[in-house]
Amino acid sequence: MGEHGNGDRDSGAVITAGEGDKGSYAIDNPGLPPHRPRLADVDEKAAKRAERQVTALFLVSIIGTVVFFVGYFAVGRMDEFDDYFDGMTALRLQNTLLGVGAALAMLGIGLGVVHWAKTLMPDHEIVEDRKPLRTEQDRQEAEKIVTEVVEETQIKRRPLMRNTLIAAALLAPLPGIVMFRDLDRSEDFGVERLRHSLWDEGVRLVRDPTGTPIRAADLTVGSAMHVIPENLREISSHGERLSEKAKAVVLLMRLNPDEFENPEHPEWTHEGIIACSKVCTHVGCPVALYERHTHHLLCPCHQSTFDASQEFKVVFGPAGRPLPQLPITVDDEGFLVAQSDFQEPVGPTYWERGNA
Amino acid sequence: MKALSQKRRHPFAFVALLLLGLLLTGGLYAAATTVNQAQATGDVPDGYSADQVEEGERLFVANCATCHGINAEGSDAGPSLVGVGAASVEFQVGTGRMPMQMQGPQAQQKPPQFNDEQTTQLAAYVASLGAGPAVPDEQYLDVDQGDPARGGELFRINCAMCHNAAGAGGALTEGKFAPSLHGVDEVHIYTAMTTGPQNMPVFSDSNIPPEDKRDIIAFLKTYEAQGSPGGFSLGFLGPVSEGLLIWTLGLALLIGSMVWLTSRSS
Amino acid sequence: MSTPHTPKYTEAQYLEVDQYQPKTRTGRITNYFDQRVGGTSIVKEFGRKVFPDHWTFMFGEVALYSFVIVVLSGAFLTFWFDPSMATTRYSGSYAPLQGLEMSMAYATALELSFDVRGGLFMRQVHHWGALLFVLAMSIHMLRVFFTGAFRKPREVNWVIGVALLLAGMAAGFTGYSLPDEVLSGNGLRIIDGMIKAIPVIGTYISFFLFGGEFPGNEVIPRLYTLHIFIIPAIILILIAIHLFLVVVHKHTQYPGPGRTERNVVGYPVGPVYAAKAGGFFFIVAGILSLISGTFQINALWNYGPYDPSPVQAGAQPDWYIGPFEGVLRLMPGYIGDMSLEFVIPTPWGGNSVATPVLIPMIPIAILFLGMFIWPWLEAWISGDKKEHHLLDRPRNAPTRTAIGAATVVFYCIMWGMGSNDLIATHFQLSLNDITYWSRVLIFLGPIITYILTKRICLALQRKDRETALHGHEAGIIEVSPDGEFHERHSRPDEYELWTLVSYEAPEPSGPQPNAKGKITRTEKFRAWLNRIWWEDRVEPVSREEYLEALEHDHHEPEALGPHTKRELEHNKH
Repeated sequence: MGEHGNGDRDSGAVITAGEGDKGSYAIDNPGLPPHRPRLADVDEKAAKRAERQVTALFLVSIIGTVVFFVGYFAVGRMDEFDDYFDGMTALRLQNTLLGVGAALAMLGIGLGVVHWAKTLMPDHEIVEDRKPLRTEQDRQEAEKIVTEVVEETQIKRRPLMRNTLIAAALLAPLPGIVMFRDLDRSEDFGVERLRHSLWDEGVRLVRDPTGTPIRAADLTVGSAMHVIPENLREISSHGERLSEKAKAVVLLMRLNPDEFENPEHPEWTHEGIIACSKVCTHVGCPVALYERHTHHLLCPCHQSTFDASQEFKVVFGPAGRPLPQLPITVDDEGFLVAQSDFQEPVGPTYWERGNA
Repeated sequence: MKALSQKRRHPFAFVALLLLGLLLTGGLYAAATTVNQAQATGDVPDGYSADQVEEGERLFVANCATCHGINAEGSDAGPSLVGVGAASVEFQVGTGRMPMQMQGPQAQQKPPQFNDEQTTQLAAYVASLGAGPAVPDEQYLDVDQGDPARGGELFRINCAMCHNAAGAGGALTEGKFAPSLHGVDEVHIYTAMTTGPQNMPVFSDSNIPPEDKRDIIAFLKTYEAQGSPGGFSLGFLGPVSEGLLIWTLGLALLIGSMVWLTSRSS
Repeated sequence: MSTPHTPKYTEAQYLEVDQYQPKTRTGRITNYFDQRVGGTSIVKEFGRKVFPDHWTFMFGEVALYSFVIVVLSGAFLTFWFDPSMATTRYSGSYAPLQGLEMSMAYATALELSFDVRGGLFMRQVHHWGALLFVLAMSIHMLRVFFTGAFRKPREVNWVIGVALLLAGMAAGFTGYSLPDEVLSGNGLRIIDGMIKAIPVIGTYISFFLFGGEFPGNEVIPRLYTLHIFIIPAIILILIAIHLFLVVVHKHTQYPGPGRTERNVVGYPVGPVYAAKAGGFFFIVAGILSLISGTFQINALWNYGPYDPSPVQAGAQPDWYIGPFEGVLRLMPGYIGDMSLEFVIPTPWGGNSVATPVLIPMIPIAILFLGMFIWPWLEAWISGDKKEHHLLDRPRNAPTRTAIGAATVVFYCIMWGMGSNDLIATHFQLSLNDITYWSRVLIFLGPIITYILTKRICLALQRKDRETALHGHEAGIIEVSPDGEFHERHSRPDEYELWTLVSYEAPEPSGPQPNAKGKITRTEKFRAWLNRIWWEDRVEPVSREEYLEALEHDHHEPEALGPHTKRELEHNKH
């Protein structure tokens, strides 16, 4: 790429393809083909017909605008309908009328004007010469001006001044970047918060979204249940609740206990009931598709597949880690509770995650 | 509690727990099978007549026993039907999935091969084999009593990940798929939830109570009836079908107009 | 410097401005404006400026017009849409969501759809327009690439075009995320996951974007500022520069009779081109209205208010993000039992590298980097540093066309993978099989395409050559008196012939010594690429060959059979 300018620098001339073309091809450029008159050029009847067609298209446009107004005013708004389904039908009708009306209004003008241009406006092709983008003299003058200007500033002769200017100019934009620091004003700023979720020893597993606690017996073999921690509802701020929920969502499944293959942590399950984080370890989509016979969990976003019978080992797709398992047990009242928080941060891998 | 949790880390705790677990599950399993056997002795299940059971058995032996075994005990070609309940038959036979046309990743829906009466008879027979989910009460299928907004919320949490937010269906692994829910009968939506056909998880009444199931069905039926207000729905598939439309119809309309615009008038 | 200043203009010249007496009405209006804003020079410059006419030149216009339509419809939407994440209980007309807690953003997007007349229509115009905007830019860019319109002096304008494509995609994605429903929320979640995968700074970028942990309650208003202010402003500025440079360079044109590197052949702005281009705006608007009135897009009421728990099958981005989604799906996270993720051990416990997310970013980065530097890269390889105003017919630049086609195939495989779940359900295939096949095809597909395309281009060039020398097959079989059959050929007229023969196909140049007379290693590498670029070539018909062929025609001796003719021709080459 560096060579790009090299060729021209000495000469200042611009080489254009096709220079000295004459004679280099099999034949010489024959020039524009002769102009062939259109029907409308020679036949006044054809010209009249074209005029009528253009006029008709403009009329279509006017009709289109009327259709639009009919759709807007005659159909009415959805809340004016007593019956919900009638309202939806009306909305669809309105949308169609607005669309078709606007389409006719626009296409009428567009097609009409273009037809006019094609049939009645002159159709002789015109040859215009390209202006050379710049002359050699221009560039020399420009170069001279720039050199003089630089010279007059004396910037080359006074390096101290120049260097401090560069330093200042480099530093000056920094406040503009630093000012964005408060984009995140959280009290618990830092990566540590990604390690913890609301789950803790004794926190009950409750159904999402109803919030009812779960007994072991509520799950039959082959069941899957979407679960949140009971203490989630104690968070009043909507945004904070969503952020906590985003780390705490859990999928609860019941398998036959003998279907587990060499579990490393059998004590984290309860009578075949096993719980995992729903947040994919790939980029964080909820992994919620559970196939009860294969015990496969599929993420619908990028199709990472995890095997519930092998402690959520990755069996397919882009995820690079198993889903974190939530250790569970039952409390005195027979409800399912967490034994602890997840043993590792949930969700996608981040730089500071380490061995966790 | 604390002492127990400390003891749990004891090296032998694992073995003890495992033993306990095995004992418990073994015991439970034994108990469950005896219950099933007790039921399978030919008791007529609630809501069915002895004639229906008998007729159902005849139909079963003629049409289903090849795969499911002569006593519905299962074979290599098909699972045992003991304890799957009448709801399973209602779903599998009622939607035409059973009898299966051919072995494949999963049973395909097709026009039902048995009429309602025969389906009920088969259901009666299978219900007589062991306790299982029953065909739901009419009141839980009456969508007018359901709350579509609540049902929608439940649907999005429990169902949309496989069946798509608009119930249009979606892909599972290895050629399996979650079917579209459009036009599916209320009773079949309900029984699919209670029985978990194919690879679908079971949503028993203790997980999603019957009233909630009714809300879900109400949502689906409302959704179906309201249509797509913005025009053709493009299969409710979302951005992929929209992209396809703009790259086909949209582009064709554009290129057509461009070619016309730049062509010479005759 | 103390010499008195001599005025450059005379007093009379200054007074001249008020002395012009216009005779027509138009003249008076022109005069009024010229005295105040100097409008005549613009009219003089543009009034009869010539633009070449070809249908493939109109994709850029489509992009411009759909951008205008998107800006207008988007401005309409802002009057109702409230990009706030504050919660409200929905009480609008859409029954299946009534009573649910949701953000103001989602509630007002629903209000726009169901309770503002024409709101749904404008939302659909806005969204379809956005899809069309990026589509038109993409095809415009393909046209520019395959015809070589990016070559000197238009390299900078090509780069601006690539930047516009990126900005268009950014505008689309930020807009996709605004309604704050489950679909777009999960889209943002994927972005969050990808940002977190960036080494060293990723986690903090995510915190700053979301104002804390994902999703928080800050991100929608921030995306809104980007979507309606910063990105459109960038696009506007880039479009202004892009169009300014088009005027400076004048439009390129296809090779053909009467067209040279020194001229532009086409229609003048006034009236033909202005009428056609102006009319075309209405046609584009009409097509978009028609589609928006009849096809539903982004039925956001299906997805429900954003909640981190739900997700739905068919969770996909708009089409232009599809390849990014696809390449993420394509990448395996494990090879055998070995995870591709790893941890760099450090004194403070180790840093994680999310390889399965980072590796797919590489082809995307190469793709865009390649697009940015392509004009200079190609000039460096081919050694062609001349100005070009005449376009290449794609067949006459076989290597470039082949590289372009291979890239398109590469893109399409990623793109297809972005919808592999729908391909699986609609063609009854296994999701996993599609992925396995695509992992192979992503490497093989482009290679096969490259070879095939290059062969096809060369074959088409040979056919052109054949036609130039021997004419078209007329479809008339003649029998000579001695019983031999042969087909009559009709010669192309000189206008067609010119198009067929006027191209260049230089021989590979070999390594060139630099100023010190040395051949550097880089130069050897360049020469190697240069050989690949030019070695398969079909020379244009030379004057001698053509004259000989003409000669031949006159004597078309019946005695010579077709075999002999072919042999004769063979010897010529």
